[in-house]
Order: sequence, then C-alpha cells, then structure tokens
Amino acid sequence: MSVRTTAAPAVPITGSPDHRITRSLSHKPSLVVYVTCGDPDLATTKQIVLSAIRAGADVIELGVPFSDPLADGPVIQRASERALKHGTSLRDVLGLAAEIRKESDAGLVIFSYLNPVMRMGLERFCDEAAKAGVDGALITDLTVEEADEYRRLMAARNLDTIFLAAPTSPDVRLKKIAQACQGFVYAVSRTGVTGAQKQLAGDAGDLVKRIRKYTKLPVAVGFGISTGAQFSQVGAFADAAAVGSAIVQAVEQNPGREAQAVAELVAALKSGA
Amino acid sequence: MASAARKIKSVPGRFGKYGGRYVPETLMAALEELEREYERARRDKKFRAEFESLLKNYAGRPTALFHARRMSKELGGAKIYLKREDLLHTGAHKINNCIGQALLAVRMGKKRIIAETGAGQHGVASATVCALFGLECVVYMGVEDMRRQELNVFRMRLLGAEVRGVESGSKTLKDAINEAMRDWVTNVRTTHYLLGSVLGAHPYPTMVRDFHSVIGHEARAQILKAEGKLPTVIIACVGGGSNAIGIFHEFIKDKRVKLIGVEAGGRGEKLGEHAARFRGGSPGVLQGTFSYVLQDAAGQIANTHSVSAGLDYPSIGPEHAALADSGRAEYVAASDAEALTALTRLAQTEGIIAALESAHAVAECIKRAPKMKKSDVLIVNISGRGDKDIGILRENLKIG
Repeated sequence: MSVRTTAAPAVPITGSPDHRITRSLSHKPSLVVYVTCGDPDLATTKQIVLSAIRAGADVIELGVPFSDPLADGPVIQRASERALKHGTSLRDVLGLAAEIRKESDAGLVIFSYLNPVMRMGLERFCDEAAKAGVDGALITDLTVEEADEYRRLMAARNLDTIFLAAPTSPDVRLKKIAQACQGFVYAVSRTGVTGAQKQLAGDAGDLVKRIRKYTKLPVAVGFGISTGAQFSQVGAFADAAAVGSAIVQAVEQNPGREAQAVAELVAALKSGA
Repeated sequence: MASAARKIKSVPGRFGKYGGRYVPETLMAALEELEREYERARRDKKFRAEFESLLKNYAGRPTALFHARRMSKELGGAKIYLKREDLLHTGAHKINNCIGQALLAVRMGKKRIIAETGAGQHGVASATVCALFGLECVVYMGVEDMRRQELNVFRMRLLGAEVRGVESGSKTLKDAINEAMRDWVTNVRTTHYLLGSVLGAHPYPTMVRDFHSVIGHEARAQILKAEGKLPTVIIACVGGGSNAIGIFHEFIKDKRVKLIGVEAGGRGEKLGEHAARFRGGSPGVLQGTFSYVLQDAAGQIANTHSVSAGLDYPSIGPEHAALADSGRAEYVAASDAEALTALTRLAQTEGIIAALESAHAVAECIKRAPKMKKSDVLIVNISGRGDKDIGILRENLKIG
C-alpha cells in the first residue's frame, strides 16, 4: 500500500467497518503520525495530514489542543498554545476529520485530553466522531478503570478505543489495558512526557513483549521517536511507531512550508534514514 | 491526645460522583502503590505514633482555639472563635499533610520529593519536611506566584529546596501542578509527588484530608470544653480546599453545624476575574480528578484571578463538590477588596495578621456574624499567617 489518498468524492461513512486502524497497521513497521490540530491553523493542518498520508503515514492522530497538556513536553505544549490562541476546539477537530475522510482512507484517531470530550458530552462525542468518519480515539488521561461508559458508547458505534500502556504498568494492568483496546495498543516507550529523545529507552522492547502476552492487536510504540533510525529500531520489535513531537516541531520550524516539511520527515522516517 | 490518624476512614476515591483517578497510565502504578502504602500506614500503630509525635513536638499541635472578644463585640452577633493554624511551624496548616506524606515517602523508599505551590506555604512546608528527613526537594511554582510570594521563595531556598519557576499558562498554581505532574511522570520510579491539597487523583483527596482532619478533631474538643456545645457555623477559605476539609470533616455528621467554604471572588464576576468554582464552574476533569472546574464552552480551562495566590485555582477538591451538591456545605465568595479589608480589621482588633487566603474566611465572618444571635458560636479557621503577604499588602493598602 503506498498512496492511500483517494481522489474519489465523499462516501458517507458511519463508523469504521472492520477496524480500519488494525488494517492500516498490517504492514510492518507502520507509521502513526500525530499532529496538533489548528497549529498553525486548521486549513494548514489538513494539508499537513494529507501530505503525511501521501508520504506514507498509515494512521493519523488528530491532536485536540488543550489548555493544560500535562502529559506533553514543551514542543506540543507550544503547539497547543498556538492552536488555542485562535480557539481551535474539539468540534473543529471533528470537522477537520470529516474533511480529511472525504479525501483519504487512512486510519484517523482523535487524540485528546478528557475534559474537552466530557464538555461536549461522551455520547455526543461518539456520535460526532462516527459521523465524521473517525476510526477511534485515544484519551490521554482516561485509564481503563474509569472508561466503562466510554467503551460502551464507542463500541456501539464501532469506534476503536485505544489506551496507553506504560513501562510502569504491571502485568495485571497490561492485561486490562490490552482487553480494553480496539484498533491497536499504544505502548509508551519510557516514563516521561512527549518529546524527542536521542536514545530510545530499553524499556520499550520489554513492554511490547509483555503486551503481546495479552493481545493479538498491533502494538505501536510512541514517545521520543524522531528519526528514521529510531523508526527502524522500533520496527524490529513493534508493529508501528508513533511520531508526534518531531512532526509538530517540523511544523513549528517551517512556517509557510509545513506540509512539505512534514512529508519530508515522514519519508525520512519510513526510509529508516 | 487528639489524633488524626485514629479516626481515618477508608474511602474508595469517590465522593458522590466526584473524584476518581484521571491520569496518564504511566502514573497509575505509583498511585496504586501510594494507595496501598497509605492503607497500610494508617493501620500501623508505629506510623500513627510517629505522625502524632511530629505534629505535637515539631509542628506545634494542638493549635489554640482563640475567643476573639473584641471582634465579636464589634460585630455584635455570634461569639467568634479563631482556630489558630497560623501558629503552626512554617506558618500554615500545610505542615500537617507534609509530615504525613514525608513519612509515607520514607516508607516507600522514595528519596526525591516534588511539590507544587501557589502561595508558597505548601512549598515551604514541603521544603521543611524534606530538610527534616534528609530528602531531595524540588518545588514548582508559577513565576507570577514567585513574584507575589517572594519571601516564601527565599524561605524554600534557605531550607535547601530547589524552586523551579513555571512560565506556562497563567504562571500560577495550576501551571505549577502541570509541571510537577510532568516531572512525576518522568521520575515516577524514584520520586514521590507531595501534592499539597485535597486535589488530584485518588488517593490524594482522601489522604490529604485525613492528614488535616486533626484540625477539626481538635476544634471539636476545644469548643466543647469552652462552650459546652458544638459551633453554629464553621467558616474556612477554599482554594483546593485542604484547610476547609480539615476542619469540616469532623463535623460533617453533626448536621446542625453549618459549614461555609469561602472561595476567591477576585475582582469581578466574569470568567477569568475570580476563582469561585461554584459560581461559574461546571463538572469536569482537571489534573487527575473530577470536580467543579472553571472552563469555557469547549472544555478549555479558564484563567483565574485572586489577590491570594493560594486560592487562585480553577478547580476544587472533589469532596467539596460533593458537599456542595448535597447541600451539606455552603460555598460563598469574598472579593479581593473584602479580603483585604477583613485582613486589616482582624489585625487591628485582635492583633493577628492572617494570610490573605484565610482573610477570605474572615470576610465572610464579618458579613455573617452580625446577623447571628449572641448565643451562636462561630469558628473561623485561620489557616495561615500573613507575613508572606506583606509585599502584596503594601501594594494594596494605604497605610502610613
């Protein structure tokens, strides 16, 4: 599968038949790309996402900017502040998802903190996400223990629930997490916030191994991956790598040519350079 | 002696529908460990004895319950008592919780402590217990708060703590908590997060309340001794709500005792001009817990304003949210100006310079006491002393 951007006009999509995300991550290693939506503006985010997909991104995480991103490092914090300056909201991100869905068949995941989702209302969020053609969601500060209603509402609309698994999670938690995940499991490579790291922590391989005891879903490793070499390294033991801060930084550092810069980075990641 | 630990009850982390545990997965194991260790410690006689001994011999408990005669007379209504938490070592109630959590950190073998602080009182208390136990201490503080609580920044540094200024967001307490949580998520294996209020993910709201419940426990015995009856009203200021829940908790079952929490009314009614969560907030999740939150229509957290750094926070402890919904406690607000006036009045009628936070409670006392009967008894929790606020007071009060 190379270019999965389709020129065909919109087919109304309700829900994600047969877990598009899992399919998207079937060729290994796959690339999950995170963008902070609305940075620098929504129209540019759309171009960034489409060019990332054309360059080989398999799943896109549409980041909802939040005023208090406590799991994020400085790069995504700054991007969130920029996006919030002109009022980018969850509703805007869902609108953007619907537009992207008209032009692409790539996996689309809403990546958000819980409060904007709660403010919209869980049920309404799930309805709107399904209507927009989104495939699933990852809510950073929602753990499996608090997620019963969310999982029920999402499952009823065939939307995937992706949860984080951490190197600090004991096996009993990993089991619960693996069972609650649909689409893929997001393995956090190390303790810490989001952001590029020179070296990949040794924790990640071990964590993926432990997760695999409990699920056949693809496992994506994220946090701290920014280079092609790291992408290849992760590819050796995981199904996919998720790249966020490096993408957001490319956006930040290339005003006026954001989409092109992201495409170059995606190509470099995929080529393992 | 009055014991906080003896009365500690087990709560599973929910207060009605509020509370819970909303954090990145990386922190879950640490929260579970903390919960287990706390459960064990509060049943452990040795832990309780050590906690109580430090409260008594190090922090200076019990604190006095002082009959404010001149103020009672001037206001012409209820008989007013002041619970003098301002007399504690480090100058505020915060030390109760810090001693408890430091003992827990030592039990868990964690040698590095991080804390957030708004007014600086929790930061100073954290730095103090770290010095006492030989622990490394890093305190996160918004740079706006560092400016307005300069004296406390110096005290923390003098005590050997590292104070890290936080430049993000409104540069106040909320942003300091974000930064502390980022540190914790990174260093969770070696670090204990000494959270300073009844906020955050379970077990913090329960545990911090338990460590402060000694305030109400003492006040109850003291007022029964002095008056032979329970108080009519108890008033406390509410930022996160630790001093308030500390004095309220012992009286929740006494339905006739009216519990009043005072939020920061700031300088206006508009979102961003105050920190009165029950006036403009709605249920939401911030920094680990489900409670009332000041937020906009899209779920972004609002900025807040208060003259007192310690009340300047967009959410409130989840137990307060439950007490407000059930009507068991009533929450009102006092403005910046009312707090400043109340602070001056207390200073000049009783010779007590209260913290600006506590002055919000005094302001409500000034409004309420004259409408009460002479036979009514009113207790105000003076949660801290005002030395730290001298700079702000100089800017705001025209004296001499």
